[in-house]
Amino acid sequence: MFFEPGQMATQARTRWHGQVHAERHDDRTSRIECPPHVVPEVCSWLFYELGLSFGGLIVEQAGQWTLRYLFYGEREQGWVHMIARLPAEQTKLPSISALIHAADWHEREAEDLFGLVFEGHPRLGDFVLHNDVWQENLNPMRRAFDGRKPVAHREPDANWRPRQIVHEEGSFVMPIGPIYSSATGPVHFLLETVGEDVIRAQPRLFYTYRGLEKIAEGRSVEDVLLIAERISGTSAFAHSFAFCQAVERIAGIEPPPRALALRVFIAELERLRHHVAAIEGICESTGLAVAAAQAAIMEEELLRISAVLTGHRYFFGLNAVGGLAADLDDSAVRRATEQVSELGARLSELEEMLSISSSFLDRLEEVGDVSATDALEFGLVGPVARASGVARDLRTAQPYSGYDRLTFEVPRESEGDGYARLRLFFREAAQSIRIIEATGAALPSGPFRAPAAAAPSGAALGWVEAPRGAALHWISLGDNNVVERYRIVTPSFANWHGFRLAAERFAFQDFPIILATFALSVHENDR
Amino acid sequence: MSQWVVKGLRTGVKTTNYPRLPDTAPGLSCGLPATTDLRGEHAQALVARCPTGALSVGRRGIEVDQRRCIHCLRCRRGVNQQLAWEARYEWARVTDKSNRHDNRFGAAFRRSAHILVVDAGDCGACLNEVKQLNNPYYNMHRLGFFLTPTPRHADVMLVVGAVTEHMRLALRKAYDAMPTPKRVVAAGACALFGGVFGPSFTCGGGVAQAVPVDVEVPGNPPPPLAILHGLLVAAGQRQPASSCG
Ligand code: SF4
Repeated sequence: MFFEPGQMATQARTRWHGQVHAERHDDRTSRIECPPHVVPEVCSWLFYELGLSFGGLIVEQAGQWTLRYLFYGEREQGWVHMIARLPAEQTKLPSISALIHAADWHEREAEDLFGLVFEGHPRLGDFVLHNDVWQENLNPMRRAFDGRKPVAHREPDANWRPRQIVHEEGSFVMPIGPIYSSATGPVHFLLETVGEDVIRAQPRLFYTYRGLEKIAEGRSVEDVLLIAERISGTSAFAHSFAFCQAVERIAGIEPPPRALALRVFIAELERLRHHVAAIEGICESTGLAVAAAQAAIMEEELLRISAVLTGHRYFFGLNAVGGLAADLDDSAVRRATEQVSELGARLSELEEMLSISSSFLDRLEEVGDVSATDALEFGLVGPVARASGVARDLRTAQPYSGYDRLTFEVPRESEGDGYARLRLFFREAAQSIRIIEATGAALPSGPFRAPAAAAPSGAALGWVEAPRGAALHWISLGDNNVVERYRIVTPSFANWHGFRLAAERFAFQDFPIILATFALSVHENDR
Repeated sequence: MSQWVVKGLRTGVKTTNYPRLPDTAPGLSCGLPATTDLRGEHAQALVARCPTGALSVGRRGIEVDQRRCIHCLRCRRGVNQQLAWEARYEWARVTDKSNRHDNRFGAAFRRSAHILVVDAGDCGACLNEVKQLNNPYYNMHRLGFFLTPTPRHADVMLVVGAVTEHMRLALRKAYDAMPTPKRVVAAGACALFGGVFGPSFTCGGGVAQAVPVDVEVPGNPPPPLAILHGLLVAAGQRQPASSCG
C-alpha cells in the first residue's frame, strides 16, 4: 500500500476511529498521535502493512513525556511521526520491540538514560551506562540532571561479568577488549564458544559514550555544531550536514544553489573515503597486505585532497547553518575532481584484481550472511542493508540538497555475505565518483551561504544518507538560539544492533573478517 | 598471487622522508594558528570567536595556546584580519613531569619501541590518523615503532580521547601493567584538555587526570606526522617544539 502524507493521515483516522489524531503536517510529513496502548498496533501497521522503515525513537521531557517514533518510506510516502504522550509522573508504556526488532536498542537506550519502562521488553538493564561503573537510576537524560558536573560513581567492580546466554555443555565465554586492537575503537566482545565454533558474538559497546545529546542541551547552535562534527570523525561532514539541515528547517532558511552543490560534493568525497577505508579493512582482515596497502594509499590521498580543498582532512569547520562557512575555490574543486577521477581508475583496477583472487574470495563468500528478511526486521541501514537486498537510501528515498536532480544508481546485492558487502562498497564508491564528477563540472556560481535569519525557535528533523547509512538529527530550539533537545540517530547504532545476525555460528578465525565487512564505528554508535 | 607482487612493485615508494627531511606535501597537515601581532578591536573580535579560549591578547599580540585549538577554523573564516597560521606539524611538547625517568628512556629505546594505542573516548578522527601511521605513506615500522595490543609489551602508550568514565579504569590498568621505563603520549585536543566533550558527567578533562603524561601533541585531530613527531620525542629521537605557539 502506498499513501502520501494526506492519505496516510486519513487512513489512520478511519482505522483507529476516535483513538488517533492524524494530520498531514507538510508535503513530506504526516503526524499521528495516539494513546500509548495503541502504539504497538499503529507501529506495526506502518512497518509491516505500509512497508515503512523504522527511523528511530525520540524521547522528550518537557512537563509531560513525548515519545516520537519516526518512520519513513519512498518519496511520496514521506515521513511519519507517530507521537505518544505520557503524563510526567507516569513512566510505563508498552514495548514495540517484540513486533519491530529495529526498535530494540532505542527502547533499551531510553530505559537506561531516561528511566522509562517499556513493558514486555525482554532485555533491559546494562546498556549505555555500564552497571559496573554507574550508580543505578541515574537517568542522565532527564531534565533535572546536570550534565556539566561530574557525578558520584560506583567503585569500579573489576569482577563484574556480563551474563552468559549460551548454556550448552562445554560452552564458555571468551572476552575480547575493550583495548584489543589499534585500528578499532574500544568495544568488548563476548564470544560464546563451543569448541572451535563461536555460537554468538555479543558486543558490549558505549566505551566512548560522551553523552553528546546531553551536553548539547542549553548550548547555542554554533557550539552544538562543533559537537555534531565530532560525533564520528570519519563521517563528520555527514552529521554536521544533517544537523544544519534540521536548523535550517526550523529557521526556514534555504541554502543557495552553490552551497547545496558543494555540500553534495563534499558528502560524496567523504563517502568515497569511508568506502575506500572499509575496503582496506576487509583486505587487511583477510591478510591480503598488498591490496590493503593499495587502499590505504588511496585513503591517505583522499584525506590530503580534502585538506587542500577545505582546510581540514576531516572537513571540520566547513558546514554552517545556511550553507558553508567558507567558499571553495572553483579551480580547487576542479583539481580535486581530476584527482578523484584518476583515483577512481586505480580503484576499479583494485576491484578487478580482487575479483580474481580466489583465495581472498574464499574467505568472504558465505561468511557473515544476513538475509533480506533479517535486514528488514532489524532495520539495518546503508551499504550493509543494501548488500542484503534492502535498497532504501535517503538520497533517493527522501532527497535533500538537490540529490533528486542528479543521476546515479543505488546499487544492491542480494547474497548478504561478506563478498556482497565488499562488492557493494566498490559499486557505491564508483557512484560517488560519478556524482563528484558531475557536481564538480557544473558548480553553480553565487553565494555560498544564506543570510542569517532571526533567532528561530521550534523543532525539526534533519537527515542524510551518511557513509554508513541513515543519520537522523532531531533538534528542538528554545528561545535565544538555545538547543533544548538534540537526538542523534546514527547508522552505526542500527548496524551494531544487527551485527549479531552475521556473527552467529561461525568459525573463530572468521570473526575479524565479518567485523570488517560491516564497517562499523563505535564512536558513531556510542555518541 | 604473483599479480599482487607485481602490483606492489609497480606502486613504488610512497614513504615520506620525515624525519630525515621535512615533508611539505600539500594536505599533510591543516596547520595550527600562531602568535600574531594584532591588537585593538580586530584582535578582540578574533579572540571572541574562539570557542575554547585558545586565543588571548598578550604582550606579543594575539597569543595562542595551541593545546586548546580544536581546528574549528573560526579565526580564519569570515573575518577581516586573519590569524597567522603555521603549516608544519612538529607540534609535540614535553610536559613538566617528563623528567621522571631522567630521560633514560631515550637511550633504552633508540632502536625500537612498542606502542599501545588506547582510544579513551575520542570521535574516531584521532584514531584514524593513528591508523594512517601504518600506511605506506608513513610506514612507522621503518623507524622502529611497532604496535602492540598488550600493555605488558608496550614501552609507549599513545592515548587519544578525553577519557570517558567507561575507559578510565581500563586506561589506568593498562598503564599500571606496562613495564618501566614507560612513556605516555597524549594526542589530540580532547586528550589534552577535554576538547568539546569534557569535562562533563561522562567525560574527563584530558588524559593527565587519569595517568601521568610525558608528551602532548596538539591538533583536532593531529595529522599523522604530528603524532609521529610525538612518538619520536617520547623515544628521545627528536626535539620537542620549542615555543608555545
Ligand atoms: S581554529 Fe583553534 S584557535 Fe582558531 S578559533 Fe578555532 S579553536 Fe580557536
